[in-house]
Amino acid sequence: MRIAVCLKRVPDTTTKILIGADGKSIDESGVKFVPNPYDEYALEEALKLKEAAGSGETVVYCLGGDAAQETIRTALAMGFDRGVLLQAAPTADGFEVAKALAADLKDGGFDLILFGKLAVDDYNHQVGVMVAELLERPCITAVSHLVVAGTAVTAEREIEGGIETVTASLPAVLSCEKGLNTPRLPSLKGIMAAKKKPLELKPVSLGAGSVTVLGLALPPERKPGQIVGEGPDAVPALVRLLREDAGVI
Amino acid sequence: MASYTPPDFYQIEGLLAEEERAVRDTVRAWVEEHLMPVIGSCYVEGRFPRELVPGLADLGVLGANLPEEYGCAGLNNVAYGLIMQELERGDSGIRSFASVQGALVMYPIHAFGSEDQRRHWLPALAAGRVIGCFGLTEPDYGSNPGGMITTARETRDGWVLNGAKMWITNGSQAGVAIVWAKTGDLKDPKSIRGFIVPTDTKGFSARDQKGKLSLRASDTSELVLQDVVLPRDALLPGSGGLKSPLQCLTQARYGIAWGALGAAMACYDEALRYGKQRVMFERPIAQTQIQQVRLADMITEITKAQLLVLQLGRLKDAGTMTPQQVSLAKRNNVDMACDCAREARRLLGANGILAEYHSMRHMANLESVYTYEGTHDMHTLILGEAITGLGAY
Repeated sequence: MRIAVCLKRVPDTTTKILIGADGKSIDESGVKFVPNPYDEYALEEALKLKEAAGSGETVVYCLGGDAAQETIRTALAMGFDRGVLLQAAPTADGFEVAKALAADLKDGGFDLILFGKLAVDDYNHQVGVMVAELLERPCITAVSHLVVAGTAVTAEREIEGGIETVTASLPAVLSCEKGLNTPRLPSLKGIMAAKKKPLELKPVSLGAGSVTVLGLALPPERKPGQIVGEGPDAVPALVRLLREDAGVI
Repeated sequence: MASYTPPDFYQIEGLLAEEERAVRDTVRAWVEEHLMPVIGSCYVEGRFPRELVPGLADLGVLGANLPEEYGCAGLNNVAYGLIMQELERGDSGIRSFASVQGALVMYPIHAFGSEDQRRHWLPALAAGRVIGCFGLTEPDYGSNPGGMITTARETRDGWVLNGAKMWITNGSQAGVAIVWAKTGDLKDPKSIRGFIVPTDTKGFSARDQKGKLSLRASDTSELVLQDVVLPRDALLPGSGGLKSPLQCLTQARYGIAWGALGAAMACYDEALRYGKQRVMFERPIAQTQIQQVRLADMITEITKAQLLVLQLGRLKDAGTMTPQQVSLAKRNNVDMACDCAREARRLLGANGILAEYHSMRHMANLESVYTYEGTHDMHTLILGEAITGLGAY
């Protein structure tokens, strides 16, 4: 089985984000970057599927600047066979990213192309679905359980109030949801081996796109909490505040 | 509370290579996920979490700076040091386990062992299938190991060992012990040789030392060797004289200098977060001058210690590190970690005495680290001799 995973380099979710001087991008100085957490489920699933099949190839794709090589090497350290970096400045228009990825994935002979269900930096939920469309392949999003038997893919999706089971045929494109698996840590031997694995650099040029970021703003600072008192005596004041100030009861 | 935020006041991150950071981050994530949830109760119960050994071995932590051909990860010494830092950020007992396995059991087999011994033992030790211990210290010979009275008598077929060892980390868990014994006159430390002793050999016994108030999540044992008969090839052929076990201790002390730094970083992180959160007299206690002195002193000493071990590691990787440089780092970093742990505990007020917080556990652990692998005082004398040329032991 040949499996590709498309991986994005994103700021660590525990990093304190500052907005850059242009007001439209984040200030990257001192920010720690990590593989997109949802993509880690895709990475793990690809490795598990290859291990279960006993043969095949796992390839990690990333679109980004040179620093994304480090992100690719994280996947290589986990056990991926090789990496491809499509060198381009990231853009806000997911369709441009999808076109560049699809163009390279098209002739790769992949049975499965996996994505995280979204990237935590832009929350767009776009690229995986668009790549599927561009390649004219079936697409199942937010997969939380997966069985591949022959060319049949059966996936479970958590939907409001229940679980939906869907099926499709390989080759297919899937996006992965939390809970699909527990991503492994790269082993120390894996980290050393990653340096020797092939990592192909391919410059790509993205179109201008049709979506532009106008500005970024931090969420408003939360107002400090208020202690209205202690014990049963405080209840009337609390009820009054919940009703009048907060309007929740 | 929020997750661990390791201090890096001087952007030392930028001095590390990509794979060094990757190694550190992997071990950090493992510690967070597997060790932190259990370490408080292990400590209180006085239990070594042996169930974590397979996970540590799978990651490749054991003997990580030894070559890949023996099943090890083949890391450089800075990456190895960072592993020790992250393990001891969790607990000194767990770092001690890894230090002993890697630096005091696998290292001597690699450095002094025959090729057969290496092939036989190193892959099993790296995989955690066998736990090892290191028997040098004796009840009456701690800082003066050259005075040891454990003997190895050569016979027609091999060796017979007699003696007792004390303060042996992993002793009761171990499947193999590296035992140091005199093969000649008791007055002659040059006759000290190392032996690989499977712990199921007749006449070998290990008993845990009870009542420890420090390193409670690690086993410390007494070893007794009573007419332990060993084959000829139990001898580590390359070992000779007191310098051989001391060479092992240099490896372990190198890891300790990094490890103690990890403990200090954990205490600082805990103290800083607590100080910003804990309100007294209508403001966070971190906004009081006394606590700021504590925190400023801690970050200063931690930053110095970070730069110290990084340069030490670069020297070790370049092959120019001296044992005296290791003494300076062990002495400085453990002492500074003891201070950080104590001050962090004090900043935490009454909460600081609970196992739910980490500083007091580190504080108690570090008293052992201060004392073992060359006491603070002995390293002072080693430095004194190095700079004056005059031994004052």
